[in-house]
This record gives sequence, structure tokens and C-alpha cells, in this order.
Amino acid sequence: MLEQDSGLSLTIARIVQRLKGSSLHSQLERQARISLHNPEIKLESLKEDIKDFLKTSGWEKKLQNAVYSELNVFPSPCHPAAPPEHMKEPLAYMRKAQGSWEKRILKSLNSMCTELSIPLAQKRPASEQKELLNKWNEMGTDEPDLSLFRPVYAPKDFLEVLMNLRNPNYENGEQLSFRNHLGLIQVPLKVKDIPELKEDFSELDLNVGQLGIDDSAQVPPEFFENEHVRIGQKVLAEQDSAAAQQYVRQGCPTALRADLWALILNISNQPEDILYYEQLKSNVIQHDLLVDSLIYKDVKLTASNDDYYFVFEDYLYQVLLCFSRDTSVLEHFAYSSATPPKSYIRDLPSSLPFSSLVPSSGKLGIEEYAVFYPPNGVIPFHGFSMYVAPLCFLYHEPSKLYQIFREMYVRFFFRLHSISSHPSGIVSLCLLFETLLQTHLPQLFYHLREIGAQPLRISFKWMVRAFSGYLATDQLLLLWDRILGYNSLEILAVLAAAVFAFRAVNLMEVTSLAAAEAVLADLSTLKVMPLLQIFLFATVT
Amino acid sequence: CGFSGPVLDVLRCRPGWQQARNEEEWDFLWCDVSWLRENFDHVYLEEHVRICHFRNHYELSRKNYLVKNLKRFRKQLEREAGKLEAARCDFFPKTFELPLEYHLFVEEFRKKPGTTWIMKPVGRSQGKGIFLFRKLKDIFDWKMVSMTVCSVWEITGEGDSSQKDETQIETYVVQRYIENPYLIGGRKFDLRVYILVTSYSPLKAWLYRDGFARFSSMRFTLNSIDDHYVHLTNVAVQKTAPDYDPEKGCKWMIQQLRQYLTARHGTGLVEVLFADMDNIFIKSLQSVQKVIISDKRCFELYGYDILIDRDLKPWLLEVNASPSLAASSQEDYELKCHLLEDTLHVVDMEGRLTGKEKRVGGFDLIWNDGPVSRGGNLGALVNGNFVANTHLGCFNDRKKQLKELFGNLPA
Repeated sequence: MLEQDSGLSLTIARIVQRLKGSSLHSQLERQARISLHNPEIKLESLKEDIKDFLKTSGWEKKLQNAVYSELNVFPSPCHPAAPPEHMKEPLAYMRKAQGSWEKRILKSLNSMCTELSIPLAQKRPASEQKELLNKWNEMGTDEPDLSLFRPVYAPKDFLEVLMNLRNPNYENGEQLSFRNHLGLIQVPLKVKDIPELKEDFSELDLNVGQLGIDDSAQVPPEFFENEHVRIGQKVLAEQDSAAAQQYVRQGCPTALRADLWALILNISNQPEDILYYEQLKSNVIQHDLLVDSLIYKDVKLTASNDDYYFVFEDYLYQVLLCFSRDTSVLEHFAYSSATPPKSYIRDLPSSLPFSSLVPSSGKLGIEEYAVFYPPNGVIPFHGFSMYVAPLCFLYHEPSKLYQIFREMYVRFFFRLHSISSHPSGIVSLCLLFETLLQTHLPQLFYHLREIGAQPLRISFKWMVRAFSGYLATDQLLLLWDRILGYNSLEILAVLAAAVFAFRAVNLMEVTSLAAAEAVLADLSTLKVMPLLQIFLFATVT
Repeated sequence: CGFSGPVLDVLRCRPGWQQARNEEEWDFLWCDVSWLRENFDHVYLEEHVRICHFRNHYELSRKNYLVKNLKRFRKQLEREAGKLEAARCDFFPKTFELPLEYHLFVEEFRKKPGTTWIMKPVGRSQGKGIFLFRKLKDIFDWKMVSMTVCSVWEITGEGDSSQKDETQIETYVVQRYIENPYLIGGRKFDLRVYILVTSYSPLKAWLYRDGFARFSSMRFTLNSIDDHYVHLTNVAVQKTAPDYDPEKGCKWMIQQLRQYLTARHGTGLVEVLFADMDNIFIKSLQSVQKVIISDKRCFELYGYDILIDRDLKPWLLEVNASPSLAASSQEDYELKCHLLEDTLHVVDMEGRLTGKEKRVGGFDLIWNDGPVSRGGNLGALVNGNFVANTHLGCFNDRKKQLKELFGNLPA
């Protein structure tokens, strides 16, 4: 009883502290002050009257949304005495693995840097700055020579690391038998089974209306769609984040999706947000970072070649280049198992030739001259730009698009490329996928394993990218609706398993990894919601 | 049939059909317009054959004739139904035929100096010969040449006819250029929509649910009107652009476009946009209805090019009577094969349809001597809640529909 209370009061204290310095706080103060002019506010009942005023004018709702947002993003502290790294990652061996993975990435980046003799950062000459400013809306037309750059890592490299994760305290003396886990991931994390998933995802049940199923051409809209749209409009009118999050579990109507997602992520595009984005933009103009070339290369290799996202190439640069310079992203490292790499300035700030990056544990130089590199601490990998591309379908104003992406990243996407024990972390997702497959399609799993086509080898890239670029856009957006609605990435693993279940018959006939890849190469015709529904609620276990 | 690619593949695969051995014995002909011009009047055609063009399709497909027909139709509508109804014909940017209407054009040009105009040769396709200009002096040279030839004719009167053919001046249309096209990702695009007409009197027209949006590979700017790659969106032109990447493709299916627009502007505005497009199709066909030589053996598949501007108003750019059926990608190939298959289903040489169908595969009947409504049977009275039977950009479950349709009929 006492622990619950203290846990709650800790959470409250933390949220109050975070919101105290925010712009919402100053806005509320200003509103309260302005309300003093109102005739209804009386000195005797000042506190109550102001509270009522804030309620009726919609400000209380905004505060509610902000609190809800904080609760969603920050995990509650497990124990008042736990050290801060436990909030990042409670398991020591995971922390260690993440640390060594980071070292490897940095080594790769450093060696590329040395090979090409390009500084990590340098100030742009004035003429170049002017040119870039002119070309800001069409950076895609630039064709810099990127042939010598390579992506720092690709998903399959990351998979190799995850496969080798072991818990040193776990002794598995038993012989490898069919009852053991036969997949690639060999760490004992707790993952949900189908009955638990059914409970968690109860809104996806067969008897509940869904967009993606019950809005198809054959179903008359009176059954579900019209009512659902009406409720959506009401939720938007009320501006209630929590209600929106519950609502999108059944899918967003296309016309309302942009506003609903902004409401859930608590993005309102205030003037100070636009100003912040402009600030980032001027940082991009003034300084050239090595990661910029990596971003360029990634966009050219992935999004530009996509049949549908190629149109948005310029937006991707505008978002990702600013993203690398956004130091507010560093805040998410408080609850991420990753740590941003540091670099030490060797010479005076004016010339800024950083010559190497060190992992944060190293102490190569004087602490005072340490800076994070890239400024947001996130090193992009092959396919990173695909996190942004689907959002371009919904948001066209660069600063809003930017904020939506940033919020999506610090809530969800970062978990897909860092090693942690979090239930939405990529390790758990892989384990969940493999367990689901092994438990419910054992024949298929065994067959694929026998022919050297471990299922995770194929589905890993889908999950790391949250299926972006693999599914048709409308289906992808329906899937991401549910990610937002359930505030969890577990649905990615469930979908991956459902896809295998769907193509099981063909997969049973293949005899090599290449053939299995071919069967699963094209997901663009899949309908996501029926697959999920059937897998969770209609498969006989 | 003289075509390779989707046309031949579809025709060959059709059950019960055989490729005719020689020129005399065919029942169904997919030809190009030149064959038509040369042979139609001379060849005896039996009652049962079907041919894929109308004798004088150029009334719709040649830009100068289309303008003429639309202008005439608009005047007629204004007389009969008033200004408001006639205003619904304003989907064609102001156009003049040259050199015939040169003086009218100059008058209009001088009214609004600084606007951009586009010159298009009437007879050519795939973007050939098109250029933009803002100043009269830009077309001065062109004008001088053609006017001179014109006056030479007049002076010499009876030059012998072969000479006349050689010096035949090419007819152009000059059209006000739409300077505020709707842009996606900073790029201009136009829409290709397919309409099948099986008869002109009475008018019976079908609209295909799929189509595509063609993007220009460069960002749109009015600064470089010489840059064809910025302004012309035909795939043929884009294919020669310096950074054209055939793997890339620069097309979106109309379904994608419709979703994008709905996410951005809401369902209401998008429905109005598509209803305006329906209006374009119907009115353009009505304007040539009386002029086209009706022949129940003829049918025609048209490719309509539509441009949307930033106020979400659609404009008709042109109508193609021989839309390109070559495929630029696997997805494109499938679309065109399905399109052709469904065309053949509608033409119905096998005699399987009852004539009361409102939908065949991916085609929806949009005009059957009157508007066709979505609900109810064909021939049912049009009530107050008329919703047109058009589904452009909507889900196309043609396989299922075809099974339902033909599964019930004897093979």
C-alpha cells in the first residue's frame, strides 16, 4: 500500500517537475492572470473560480493531454532507490551488450571518417550557405558524390549482434530439444502468449468494428464506418488525447488521421515550435556534418527508389538534417538503453575539426570540451529515412511534419535499434515473433529451420522498419494507428507471425532460404487487419 | 492486330479467340488510326465485327477540333439552359487555333500581359513540339514562317496539290498555361483516366476505376519555362530527362492520389473534385455526340489527361483516342492488361451480357443516354439522392465482380 502511494507521488512529482518549465506552464499562468479581469472571478473564491475558468476554456484539457503524454512516454520509476541507469535498462548484460554495439558503430564511423579524411563537422563557407538556403526546398536535386560513403550498418548486422546475446546468469544445461526455443534469439525475456495478446488487443476482436475490415466496399457504411467517423470528429472537437488514443485502436478515417495522431502525440505546432524548427534549419545551413552525407545516401538508396515515396524526397532531407542537430532529442536517452556518442574538441571551437568519436565511457580528452555527435546522438543506419516517409502522406507543413516524426521517434522508433529488455524493444519483439511462430506453427518453423531459413532472418527487416516500405501505404497507416493506440510495438511481431501463417502453405514447399525470401518478398498486396484478426482471434490453437 | 505488349497478350489469352491469319478474315480488330483512315471507307465490314475506333474520332482527340466542339456545345447549353449550366463547361483553359484565330488570340493575350501560354501542335503526341512562352515576340518567328506560307498560297491560288501538301502548315493550338497546378512534394502531375464509349447515339460510356497520376521528375517552378522536364508530365518526355531512373517510375495509382488528397483535404472536397471530373467526361462526350459518325460496330477507349490546380479544380488537357498501352513497369502492365480484358468484356463479342449491367470488372457505367445512379437497377428512376455511379480511384475488386457476373451466365 505504502509503495503504491510513494510510487504514485514520485510519478506526480516527476511530471510536475517536467511540466513546470514548459511553455504550457507559462501559458496557463498567463491565462490565469488574464482571467482576473473576468467579472465571474471573485476574490473570496479565487482559486475555485480560476480553476473553473480554466476548465471551461479548454485549458484544463490541454494540461490533461500534457500529463497523459508524459505518462505515456516516461516509464514510471521502479523503485525510489534505483540508480538512473535502471530507468534506461534494468538488466546489466543488456546494458553491456548495447555498450559494445555502440563501440562497434563508432569504430565503423571513425574509420570511414579517417579513410575519406572528412571532418565530422565543419562550418560552411558563406557562399555555400547561401546556395543551400536557396535550394532548401529542392535538396533532392543535388547530386553529391556519395559513392565512397557506406551506411554505418544495416539491419542484418544488428541481427547478428542480437543473435549472440546471452544472459550470463542463465544456465541452460538441457540438451537442445524441440521443447526448447529453437529460434535465433536465445535470451530468456518474458513475452506474451496468444491469450494475453488477445486480452491486450481486445479491440481487434472479431465482433468489434475495424477500419481496414469493416470499411471495405462490400460492407454498407451504416454498419460501422459512418458512426466511427462521427465519433472521431467528436473526439477531435473535444481535443482529448486519451480518448483519441482509445479511438484509434479501431483505426483512423483517412480524413481525420493527421489531426488524431497530432492529438495523441500532443503536437500543436505553436509559434515557438515553428521558431525552434527554423533555428534547426539555420544550424543545418551553417554547419555541415558528416552524418549529412549518410542521410543523403540513405534517402537516395531507399526512399527515392520507392514507387510511392519518391515524391517526398525533399521533405525527407528537410526533416532528417534538422533531426540530427536537435539536441532536445538527447532527452530520450534517459529512458533508452542507448547512450549518445561523445566527441572531444581538439582545437579551438572556431575551426571544429573533430577527429574522432569516442563512446561515452571512454575519456579521451578533457570533459569540458566534450560534445555529443551528432548533436542529437542518433547515428542513422540503412533504411532510417523510411521512418519519416509515410508521415509525408499526412503532414505537409515542414515544422509540423518534423515534430510528429521527432515524437514518433522518441516514443517508438528508437526501441527498434537499441538493445534492451523493454517489451517493445526489438529483442523482445524478435523473441515474441519466434515464440508465436514456434508455438502455433511448429511444423512450419521446424521446416524453415531445417532448410536454413530461420524465419527471423526474413522478418527482422520488416520489424526494424516498422514495416515501412514493405506494406502498401494505406495498410501501413492502419498498422501505425494501432501502434499509437496501444502505445506498443508488439503488434509488429504479431503481424510478422500472421504474415508467415498466411503464406504457410507456400512456405512449406520451399527448399532454400532464397526461395523462402522470394515467397515473402512482396507484401504490398496484404491487408493488415484481417491478417491480425485471424491470427489472434480465429486460429484454432 | 498489329500491336505487341499488353494488347497482343490479352487478345491471345482470351478463351475461344484465335488470331486471324490474314487481313481479310478478322472479326475483331485492334488497329491504329492510320489504318482506319486508309481503309475504313473502302472495306466492307460485316454486322458482327467490332473495331476499336470511330471513323471521325479526331473530333475529340485532335486539340483544335475538341476546342471547336466544346465552344459550340457551350453556346448551345447557354441558349438552352442558361449561363450557370454553361459555366460547367469551363474546364478547358482558354484556347485558340492557330493560325486561323491568331488575331483573336492576340486580343486575349493583350488583355492579360505576363500570363504564360502553351503552344501545342494538334496532330502530334507524346509531348513533341510543345513549348511555353510569355511574350509575343517568342512566337513571332514561328508566325512569320507560317503566315508567309499562308500568303504564298493565297497569292498563287492554284499551286498544284502536291506542292500544297508539302508546304502544309501545321495547325497549333495556343492555350492559357495553368500556372498554379496542384503540387505534391513540389512536383507537378497530371492524371490519366480511361473512358470506354461503346456507342454515341445513344451515348453509352464507361469509366475505369484505375488510372494513374504521372509526375514530372523535377520540382515545379515558373522560372524555367524552357525546361520541358518541369512542365510536361508525359512519360515519354520524362524518360529522356537526365535523372530519369526507369526503376523509379514516376507514377502513382489513382487510389494513392485519392487517399493522399483525402488525408490532406477531407472527404468532402475530394468528392467534389471527383464529381467535377465526372462532369468533364460527360460534357466532353456530349459535345461531340452529334458530330461523331455513329456505327454500332465501333467502340473506342479514350485516355483523358486531367490537370488539377491548387484550388482543387480539374482541367481537361486533352483526350487521346489511342492511349499508350505500352507498360513501364509490372504494375503498369497489369493495369493495362486488366483494362483491355475488361474492355473486351464490355464490347462483349461473346454475347454474354444482358445489357442491364452497371458494372463490368473495373468499368462502371457512367452514362446510358442519361446519368446512371449508384443504387438501384438500371433504368430505375432517378430520385432526389442521386449519387453518380462512378468510382474513380476506389477499390477495384474486378476479379470478384467478373466472377459474379459471368459465373451466373452460361459460358
